[in-house]
Amino acid sequence: MFAFVMRRIIEAAIVLIVVALLAFLLFRFVGDPINQMVGQDVSIAEREALRRELGLDDPMLVQLGRFLWNALHFDFGISYRFRQPVTELVAGRFPATFELALMASVFALAVGIPLGVYTGIHRNSMLSRFFLGASLIGVSLPTFLIGILLIYLFAVKLQWLPSYGRGATVDVGFWKTGFLTLAGWKALILPSITLGLFQLTLIARLVRSEMLEVLRTDFIKFARARGLTDRSIYFGHALKNTLVPVITIIGLQIGSIIAFAVVTETVFQWPGMGLLFISAVQNADIPIMAAYLMLVALIFVTINLVVDILYVVVDPRIRVAGGAKA
Amino acid sequence: MRLKTLLLAGVFATGLGLGSANAVTFRYAFQGDLNALDPYTLNETFTLAALGNVYEGLTKRDKELKIIPGLAEKWEIVDPLRWRFYLRKGVKFAGGEDFTADDVVFSVERALAPGSQVSTRLPKDVKVVKVDDHTVDFVLTSPNPILHAEWDTWYIMSRKWAEANGAVKPQPATGKELNNFALKSNGTGPFVITSHEPAVKTIYKPNPGWWGKKEHNLDEVIFTTIKQDATRVAALLSGEVDMIEPVPVQDMQRIDTNPTTSVMTGAELRVIHLFFDQKRDELLYSNVKGKNPFKDVRVRKAFYQAIDIEAIKTKVMRNMATPVSILMAPMLFSRSAELKRWPYDPAASKKLLAEAGYPDGFEVTMHCPNDRYVNDEAICQAATAMFARAGLKVTLQAQPKAQFFGRAGASGGFDTSLGMLGWTPSSFDAWNVLTNLAGCRDDKGVGGPFNYGGYCNKKVDELSAKILVETDTAKRDQMILDAWKTINDETGFIPLHQQSLAWGVSKKVKMVQRPDDQILLQWVVKEP
Amino acid sequence: MTPFAADREPGLVVRALDSDIWHSFTRSPAVMIAAGLTLLLVIAAMFAPWVAPHDPTDLAKLDLLDARTPPLWLEGGDPRFVLGTDNQGRDMLSAILYGLQISIGVSVLAVLLAMTIGVTAGLLAGYFGGWVETAIMRIADVQLTFPAILTALLINGSARALLGNKAVDGAEFWVLVVSIGLSFWVQYARTVRGSTLVEKNKDYVQAARLIGISPLAIMFRHVLPNVLSPVLVIATINLALAIITEATLSFLGVGLPPTMPSLGTLIRIGNNYLFAGEWWIVAFPGLALASLVLAVNLLGDWLRDALNPKLQ
Repeated sequence: MFAFVMRRIIEAAIVLIVVALLAFLLFRFVGDPINQMVGQDVSIAEREALRRELGLDDPMLVQLGRFLWNALHFDFGISYRFRQPVTELVAGRFPATFELALMASVFALAVGIPLGVYTGIHRNSMLSRFFLGASLIGVSLPTFLIGILLIYLFAVKLQWLPSYGRGATVDVGFWKTGFLTLAGWKALILPSITLGLFQLTLIARLVRSEMLEVLRTDFIKFARARGLTDRSIYFGHALKNTLVPVITIIGLQIGSIIAFAVVTETVFQWPGMGLLFISAVQNADIPIMAAYLMLVALIFVTINLVVDILYVVVDPRIRVAGGAKA
Repeated sequence: MRLKTLLLAGVFATGLGLGSANAVTFRYAFQGDLNALDPYTLNETFTLAALGNVYEGLTKRDKELKIIPGLAEKWEIVDPLRWRFYLRKGVKFAGGEDFTADDVVFSVERALAPGSQVSTRLPKDVKVVKVDDHTVDFVLTSPNPILHAEWDTWYIMSRKWAEANGAVKPQPATGKELNNFALKSNGTGPFVITSHEPAVKTIYKPNPGWWGKKEHNLDEVIFTTIKQDATRVAALLSGEVDMIEPVPVQDMQRIDTNPTTSVMTGAELRVIHLFFDQKRDELLYSNVKGKNPFKDVRVRKAFYQAIDIEAIKTKVMRNMATPVSILMAPMLFSRSAELKRWPYDPAASKKLLAEAGYPDGFEVTMHCPNDRYVNDEAICQAATAMFARAGLKVTLQAQPKAQFFGRAGASGGFDTSLGMLGWTPSSFDAWNVLTNLAGCRDDKGVGGPFNYGGYCNKKVDELSAKILVETDTAKRDQMILDAWKTINDETGFIPLHQQSLAWGVSKKVKMVQRPDDQILLQWVVKEP
Repeated sequence: MTPFAADREPGLVVRALDSDIWHSFTRSPAVMIAAGLTLLLVIAAMFAPWVAPHDPTDLAKLDLLDARTPPLWLEGGDPRFVLGTDNQGRDMLSAILYGLQISIGVSVLAVLLAMTIGVTAGLLAGYFGGWVETAIMRIADVQLTFPAILTALLINGSARALLGNKAVDGAEFWVLVVSIGLSFWVQYARTVRGSTLVEKNKDYVQAARLIGISPLAIMFRHVLPNVLSPVLVIATINLALAIITEATLSFLGVGLPPTMPSLGTLIRIGNNYLFAGEWWIVAFPGLALASLVLAVNLLGDWLRDALNPKLQ
């Protein structure tokens, strides 16, 4: 067991190093940072001086070595554009993305699971066909268009909800939260729906197909034969059995939620990491891009690691297989 | 317990926000970010304007862009090589420091230090002499009639405060010398910044000790970045913000007909043009091999005359542009009306191409930015179609500005054959345009750093050298006219148009729009 | 772990295609409509040059003065442009048909690429196990940390660096195919690996191995057909996802050039005209995209249910 965990941790570290390598390669080639840092009037000589100062003139290997060494210390340098330590910038933007991702997941689960259960139980009813069809629309339009349509409807036409930003935030220590004000909650609604819609469809469909399978298994048939009520069969037995894959999927989807937050944050001017990242891409702000990618990789690798270890704990068969390989 | 207190504090704070309804808060949104607050770190219009609410220069510009006294009450040219500035007395920085000649001397040193992007505001070899506490002399090595032309955006900083806050040098770009200065500000201007989250939100409050006459009625100003056009427009329409910039041209009518908002328009100083690679012996992106067709004036003229500038103006720009015949805004040059565009004439284009030996046209790729100028991509797309009608097969590559400027600029080795560029002379003067855009350059860009196509004519270079030092306005204008005539006769560029400014403003707000596109809070009045 | 990784009898696909699938197909009108719509859109896209009233790729025929003409039935409509024109005077109907062609092209090729890489990797990992499996699955982890947009930037950026600007200009189509393809392969690899692990220990594979059939032959001739049905389901759903991803990438500025518009590019451009009341520039491409994705999704759903033996 210990050997298995150790091996996975080492593998995770290797994954991170590979990501760092790729990140470095990518960023070496996205646009010219110097141009983005200086105004139009700055002379060629000054540009060259800046290039030297930033070490963009050094041999590639030297630059790579420096990059990896600093990354190891969570030091991604100073943002070319903001002139602030990147670690601070990213950390400052993290709460916004986290709260958005959290609410999007809550929305997806709170609507997706009941939808999946209902459509799974009433497989052929008109209503569940309608639900299924409607949920598909959520994945049939690009996220950015859905966001803009929501803004048009709820912000411009009805003027119920804000079109951009986080509303009012409150500082709890270093954490800027939108959960403590009404404006903060209102600002969360549209972006969370936009971001969560895709996961919602995924969850509803997954729960539905799991329900369909479980309902056909023998133990449900036995339960019926024993005269249990529909309610206790569906929610006590069937749903419980569908939750394991659902939770797994949600865990694995966190990476994708964070990635898709880039689009949602762009549409709603949500001041999170995704917005920081995309503006960094547009401005060739290499340190920010590097830090963002490494952070996403770190989150993802950690989740993967935890899931893998949990599996071993839960399912001894995998442990045997894992042990045999080790 | 602690969390509970915080929770209560949060709720309480919201309540307060709703309660104090009498305070006038002005909210505005711009498409770009406000990053560092060091006024010497980024030479860019929006940033300089945002900091211009907090800092002031020795001179200022009034609502009509005329140079007026700022921190200097008056000045005189003692002799062509010595300018004397008499400083305003009794002015204090927001931090409480007195404003004296020492601060001016310090600001000169700092502006010329490495890392400063405003060094072009001052001649490199200028000497500053403190005459007394409120008088300074600027000693030059050659006459310069436009010495103070850009000083409205060269802001004076306090030496005492800078020394106390480790801000003696401009914020360096590298990591090791970072100080917190980039997030602080301390000027003499009408506002102070009370909170700043880069690229998210900046809050201004009026400076109670400001020396000038207050013309605004604001108690608080909140600036936010909203990058997406649709979201920005939605925020204005829904009343979440009082002012946005820019308004996408297609949404102007919508905002203007909306009962609570209107659009303020005006000419901007930025001029958009297309450039040709005239320097290489063979184009990088063309099917013509062994020679460069753009070295032939007939080919350049054929491209020029294929452009239907009026159609671009009405259909792409929805009349929010003024066609130009030179690479600078007509309002910056008194004799610009004497220069005319080559007329739109596709038949003439075809004829010129045939004469030049390309009766069936040829293929070339055009590179454009797609997030820098108003409708840049759409203009290039329209131009591509117009070239096609003249028989030219132009392929369009529209890229985000980071990639476009990365390749098309000096650092990318001027890696284009045909492309689009916009230019605003920060000194409002022809010399800036002639050297930057039309000066002969080498392969690294020395001579004409933004002359992306490598246009070169020694006569133009000689003229612009003389223009820099000529103090007689009539003589100077004649030389400027000669230079533009030469460039036009050779069709060195395809000037397109002067962009227009479009600000979306709530009807509750009155503000001043200057052609230099600075959003200045001191002239904002909002109905409570 | 995946809903598809069920125990299957050999030859399921073949058997199912014989009767059950066709049967369930004819029973469901929604699926038939979806299939019909998909077919219609695909055919229209394939024959765009003949079906479309104008050639939107011929720039010489564009007239800027026609720009933003509303659809035929609105005031100011023009009989030449049934669905109106965009901001460049391009006929919307023609642009949509050509755009469909490009969008479908990108997605189909991307999914094929993802499938090829993923299935091969999954087979290798599942069959050989050991360090091969570890290496492949760790690479999959790395890939998963890079969402499609980052992958697209990575490939775009490195292609420019390796091949020079010149080679990449005009090759955006392939850059998109590769970047979307590369961001989708992991799912196939994981599914196929799981199924392969199960199949590997079955008697018929053991027998094949005993009589000396090469691992490659076993993998592709014997194991592969038995893991194909989940792959098919993933591919269908991925196809829909690829179309959406292409549109999203276009919104973020790494899509196809406006002179060669995909549906995504058309939506990105039209998106800006929504508030101005020129809704047709975004509505029709949006509608085309949504109906295509919806139809493909419905087909995928049905295919999954039909191929799932537990539900029959």
